[in-house]
Amino acid sequence: MSERLGMVTSGSLEKGIEVRLDGAVSVEDMAVGRYVTIEGNKRRFFGMIRDVSLGVTDPLITASPPDLTDPLMAQVLAGTATFGLLHVAPYLTIGGDAESLLEGPQPVKTVPSHFSLVNLASQEDIELVFGGEDEKRFFIGNPLDMETKICLNLPEFVKRSNGIFGKSGTGKTFLTRILLIGLLQKSAAVNLIFDMHNEYGWSGTSESGRPVKALKQLFPSRVAVFTLDEENSRRRGVNTDFVVKIGYGEIEPEDISLLRQTLNLTEPAVEAVYQLRRRFGKGWLQSAVDLKETEESAELLKEMSIHESTFQNLQRGLATIQRLPFMVSSAPDNAVKRILSYLDQGINVVLEFGRYTDITAYILVANLLSRRIHSQYRERTERSMGENATPPTPLVITIEEAHRFLNPEIASNTIFGTIAREMRKYNVSLLVIDQRPSGIDPEVMSQMGTKITCLLDNERDVDAVLAGASGKSALKAVLARLEAKQQALIFGHALPMPIVVRTREYGSPQSYRDFGDNREERKQQTQQDIEELWD
Amino acid sequence: MIEAGTTGFTAQCYELYALPPLGSLVKTGHIYGIVCLATTSSLEPGRKPIARGKDEASEEDIYRSSPQLSKLLKSEFQSLIVGYREDGRLCHYLPPEPARIHSFVYACPAEEMREFSRSLDFLNLLLNTPVPVPAEELVSACLRRMSRAQEDPDAFLVAAGKELAARLSGEFQLLKSILGRLK
Repeated sequence: MSERLGMVTSGSLEKGIEVRLDGAVSVEDMAVGRYVTIEGNKRRFFGMIRDVSLGVTDPLITASPPDLTDPLMAQVLAGTATFGLLHVAPYLTIGGDAESLLEGPQPVKTVPSHFSLVNLASQEDIELVFGGEDEKRFFIGNPLDMETKICLNLPEFVKRSNGIFGKSGTGKTFLTRILLIGLLQKSAAVNLIFDMHNEYGWSGTSESGRPVKALKQLFPSRVAVFTLDEENSRRRGVNTDFVVKIGYGEIEPEDISLLRQTLNLTEPAVEAVYQLRRRFGKGWLQSAVDLKETEESAELLKEMSIHESTFQNLQRGLATIQRLPFMVSSAPDNAVKRILSYLDQGINVVLEFGRYTDITAYILVANLLSRRIHSQYRERTERSMGENATPPTPLVITIEEAHRFLNPEIASNTIFGTIAREMRKYNVSLLVIDQRPSGIDPEVMSQMGTKITCLLDNERDVDAVLAGASGKSALKAVLARLEAKQQALIFGHALPMPIVVRTREYGSPQSYRDFGDNREERKQQTQQDIEELWD
Repeated sequence: MIEAGTTGFTAQCYELYALPPLGSLVKTGHIYGIVCLATTSSLEPGRKPIARGKDEASEEDIYRSSPQLSKLLKSEFQSLIVGYREDGRLCHYLPPEPARIHSFVYACPAEEMREFSRSLDFLNLLLNTPVPVPAEELVSACLRRMSRAQEDPDAFLVAAGKELAARLSGEFQLLKSILGRLK
């Protein structure tokens, strides 16, 4: 099954292994990102091709190139005087003895001996490393040029915060949708998705404009769609479960400080917010907006030592918030409570933003809700620790445009920065979707367990994503050569080694069937079988 | 056999001009050689042949009118030792002792040539022993002859070429000229 490629000629653990290709193997058939196995004397190694180059034994040959129209010359030179070289980054090893076979692949700590044979990894090899599809593992895509299923260990995946990156149009949304379905099926976690572009709840559109089903259509009983924009949702024919309204009283000074950049507020204006909150209590926003330019109010501001121009600046910003249609003076129902009650039942919540795709609304709402939910989770987890009770269901919060929340300036203030840093202490983790990973605080990036990245072409973005990954330079070469669509590099906590996958298909009736929750069906089938047995 | 050494031997032909071709495989006793140089000259070193046949119509006529010529001239060839047979096994390296004077030298039949060329290790001796002809000429002549004895001459040439490429890794020009002469 496995195809012999060549043999190891030199290498180091750090710089990778050089493999000289056999004459019969064409360099043109090789591709970066492919897997190879190296048969060492005592153990097998798994590695990934990170570069392919051409070599000659005699530099003169390049100075006076031979006449390759002569078939004999061409055949003789291939693999002898001229040859292909593979640069392989080793990742895993399996020892030859029974014990290590049981242990499975281990991270590589040495290199194979000289002239070890190198084969193209077979389907079995890949399965051995990544494991087949099972209760915990979710089929996410195929490796390049192979039909093997690459599976992610999702319970392991949700133990950390994770990121999906890639420039726009590379299939981030599709990938996220697939991953969310996986989380729905195979992990004990529930999802809260802040769906900025209304793509995950009911239906989304493919790049070609074709509508595709989203979570609620596939798993009607396990997904609830919340909306901020009822009218828009209704127009799109979405069956919503709850309309989210936010009362002025729910806005905290922290929310405003997060919006400093988007609302164009000055530093003192943000400071003033805290003072206003102290002064007016819960109704501070309304009071602040209502404050007219009277002598009385001037007195008041003076008392709080807020400069007039600062206050005007603040008022303008607050007015922007107030204009958001989902803001009401007092909310009829508590959105946080509603979301939590759904999450507690194991129902995933998608919050659609409808027409309010404006970043102010997104940051405000996502932050506001997440903070409250997180504090609830925190309380419950702590209580469960104290009383030895079951902790709350793990929660994965999905946010888009993450660099707006997690940029170095505000990451420390937002709840998302906190969640990303404290990892899963309180059973809450993040799924970050972003196209400008360089805009995300490096500290947050470094805490991400598994990173899934589609094509990125900005040098800084690439560096940001790969920061801290072992074999960074190797991955860089691979990442830069991903195809613009349907291909992603996955590496980190949930996988034993980095891999490039062609993401599984989404959007066809067959794919929906594959994804669909067939547990019910199975149950019915069993019931039927039992009945037939008694007949 | 009129002269024998560790690396080669010289033999004289019974018939004038009955020389084996350059690069052909010959054997004497259990020793194998590759013909690397052939000469035809006067029997006595002091007596040089003179130009004849001014009035003759053809070359044959010269020999017919002067029959003593074939007795006064001799044809000799030098061979490079490329291996020997020991206990039925072919060894592609130098024999422990040289051949003996007056032993007979035979041209090898195609069958034996095929057997001998199953291993290409003899190329090493061919390339590394100083010979009076350019190495590329000798090697290419030898491989050309051997390929003719093979069932698949092209595959043999490619295999031999690869062997050469490995041995001549730093001498691309030499490799190129050998390969150029294999056609």
